[in-house]
Amino acid sequence: MTAALNESAPGGAARQAAGLPRLLPPAPEDLRGHLARYGPAPYRGRSGVLISEIEASGLTGRGGAAFPVHRKLAVVARARGGRKVIVANGAESEPASRKDELLLRVAPNLVLDGLQLAAEAVGATEAHLYLHHGPTPAILRALAERAAQRLDRLSVTITQAPPRFLAGQETALVNRLAGGPALPTFQPPRVSERGLGGVPTLVQNAETLAHLALVARYGPRWFRSAGPDAEPGSMLTTIYQPDGKCRVVEAEIGAPLRSLLSSGADTRAWLVGGYHGTWLPLPQAASLTLDHASLRQHGGALGAGVLVALPADRCGLTEAARVTGYLAAESAGQCGPCLNGLPRIAAGLAELAGSGHRKQTRADVERWAGLVTGRGACNHPDGTVRFVRSALTVFAPEISLHARGQCSATNRKPFLPLPDGIPTSEDDWT
Amino acid sequence: MALTEMAEKLRVNPIACTGHGVCAELLPELVALDEWGYPIIDPDPVPVALERDARRAVAACPALALKLTRQ
Amino acid sequence: MSTTAFWYASRATGIVALLLLTAVLVLGILVNRQGRLPGLPRFAVTDIHRNLSLLAVTFIAIHVLTAVLDTYVHIPLLSAVIPFASGYERLWLGLGAISLDLMLAMIVTSLLRGRMNRVVWRAIHLLAYASWPIAFAHSIGSSKDLQQGWMLDMAIGCAIIVGAAVIWRLVHAACQVPRAGRVAAVFAQHTTSAARHNRRTVAR
Repeated sequence: MTAALNESAPGGAARQAAGLPRLLPPAPEDLRGHLARYGPAPYRGRSGVLISEIEASGLTGRGGAAFPVHRKLAVVARARGGRKVIVANGAESEPASRKDELLLRVAPNLVLDGLQLAAEAVGATEAHLYLHHGPTPAILRALAERAAQRLDRLSVTITQAPPRFLAGQETALVNRLAGGPALPTFQPPRVSERGLGGVPTLVQNAETLAHLALVARYGPRWFRSAGPDAEPGSMLTTIYQPDGKCRVVEAEIGAPLRSLLSSGADTRAWLVGGYHGTWLPLPQAASLTLDHASLRQHGGALGAGVLVALPADRCGLTEAARVTGYLAAESAGQCGPCLNGLPRIAAGLAELAGSGHRKQTRADVERWAGLVTGRGACNHPDGTVRFVRSALTVFAPEISLHARGQCSATNRKPFLPLPDGIPTSEDDWT
Repeated sequence: MALTEMAEKLRVNPIACTGHGVCAELLPELVALDEWGYPIIDPDPVPVALERDARRAVAACPALALKLTRQ
Repeated sequence: MSTTAFWYASRATGIVALLLLTAVLVLGILVNRQGRLPGLPRFAVTDIHRNLSLLAVTFIAIHVLTAVLDTYVHIPLLSAVIPFASGYERLWLGLGAISLDLMLAMIVTSLLRGRMNRVVWRAIHLLAYASWPIAFAHSIGSSKDLQQGWMLDMAIGCAIIVGAAVIWRLVHAACQVPRAGRVAAVFAQHTTSAARHNRRTVAR
């Protein structure tokens, strides 16, 4: 399924007023079109100008963690030592997310500009592109065109990410680039202090670098002209409506979720933030907006921008159980609590989604959820627990129905996308 | 103020930890074991009175998974 | 003190050291396997392992010193750590030196283990599996005592105990579920125990 390009993006007039879309051109662009539209990348030298502009802009990471970009840049920039690494993270390990894939296909030069600009700002000596599908034709063409015009200061090494949920995690990414399996390692030290080859490594999501490339050209005030003051800018969202189609839409942060997602009788519930995100009940959540401040009221977060309107004819409990089984299978299996807790939580959820369950199961799942939170080397158990707890809250009525052997859904076809196959050997992680 | 900055926290590297349980024996005030044998560690700074025991537990961990950090 | 006393002391401390090293290695394997000594808490296994290793090295120090001080044969002090530097019984004493060198590496890194990379520490600690057989060869080869009678039986007993412990360790390593299969193993184990529970509740 290929994501469609901004077609029928909702809220047309308001979005145009906010200057959207910013990242996605009307059609895929080659280098000539890119340069005609944006001009050349404004290199500044290592004067720190870009970093202070990024700080003024308030740009945060678009890979899911929403970490202030200028802080990561500053840590790597002021680290001592001759070698530094920068990585554009296009692993997009969230199965439902397609925004980085689209961005890298239609506007690769924006991402590559951002990569080179950030590399210059921090003094990187080595640049990498970590991609879900490896070297795609669009990327290869963009790199070739840029090489022909000698646009890039650093040559870029492309590494394919394995199709694992954790492959895009910073330390797993570094391990993969070093030639090993994409498995997380314990932090500290953070990769921005000691990463690939033991040197400071800046890892930024592909979309984040695209925004950075635009801030470098148009300045922080331009960036802040969209979105609320506390969370400025725009973000790419991957939207699933009840019709089952997947669309990538660039939305203004703070936009009403109901301008992006259906909330009527055709929708059972919303899922915001992907598979480490939060289920939201309707109509209670209908007034929420696309920003952390609003979502925090329901314990939610934006994640990598995956927004789902679950059709009313599907069973949310069954969908949640399917996804939890996937998340458990994707555990690295390195940390005792995650390794033991996630499969049990998944099995418990599967039992709740079956017809009839043991009385103890609900309490067991809650106990295991409490036991795994904060006790892994990465936040996989925490994100999974957030997803599970919100499902148990929002679909509590379904749990009671299933206990009596009933279900309010009429369509058994799976809705949320999941990849085929589970990892069984070490090769599946490289 | 200076005293709290000096205080250390007990942390476990969950990848290195294989659930020996020696830490829970030596420092039951701060470490309990979950139902699978892995340590649940008190997140607060280590009280001064327990600092020596905490160091002993860190040294005794067969997997070198327990750490005292100044964070 | 007559030099014969030194010679007897060296032989005696050598034998005790071999017994202690046997215990240390077995206890080391027991620590790794999270085994317990009956009636003792878990930390006792690691503590006794450590204390016995220091005791063993102490006995080896006396073993070496008394051998050097004894004037019947000339053994330079440095030949205790520099292999094959002794004129007397060059091969067997050389093996003793190699074994001691490995032990010193293990002890020094263990004293510094809080400050070093844990993967490196473990790699050096695995040298124990080389150090013991080399110490054993040194013991048998350089001591007429151990080549006959009840002492030979005792030495063979030590070898059998170490062999059994090492086999136990290797079998466990071979039976370990590889990392990529661990989650599936937990799923399977949990499903079977859940099914068993279900059967029990239904039967009631």
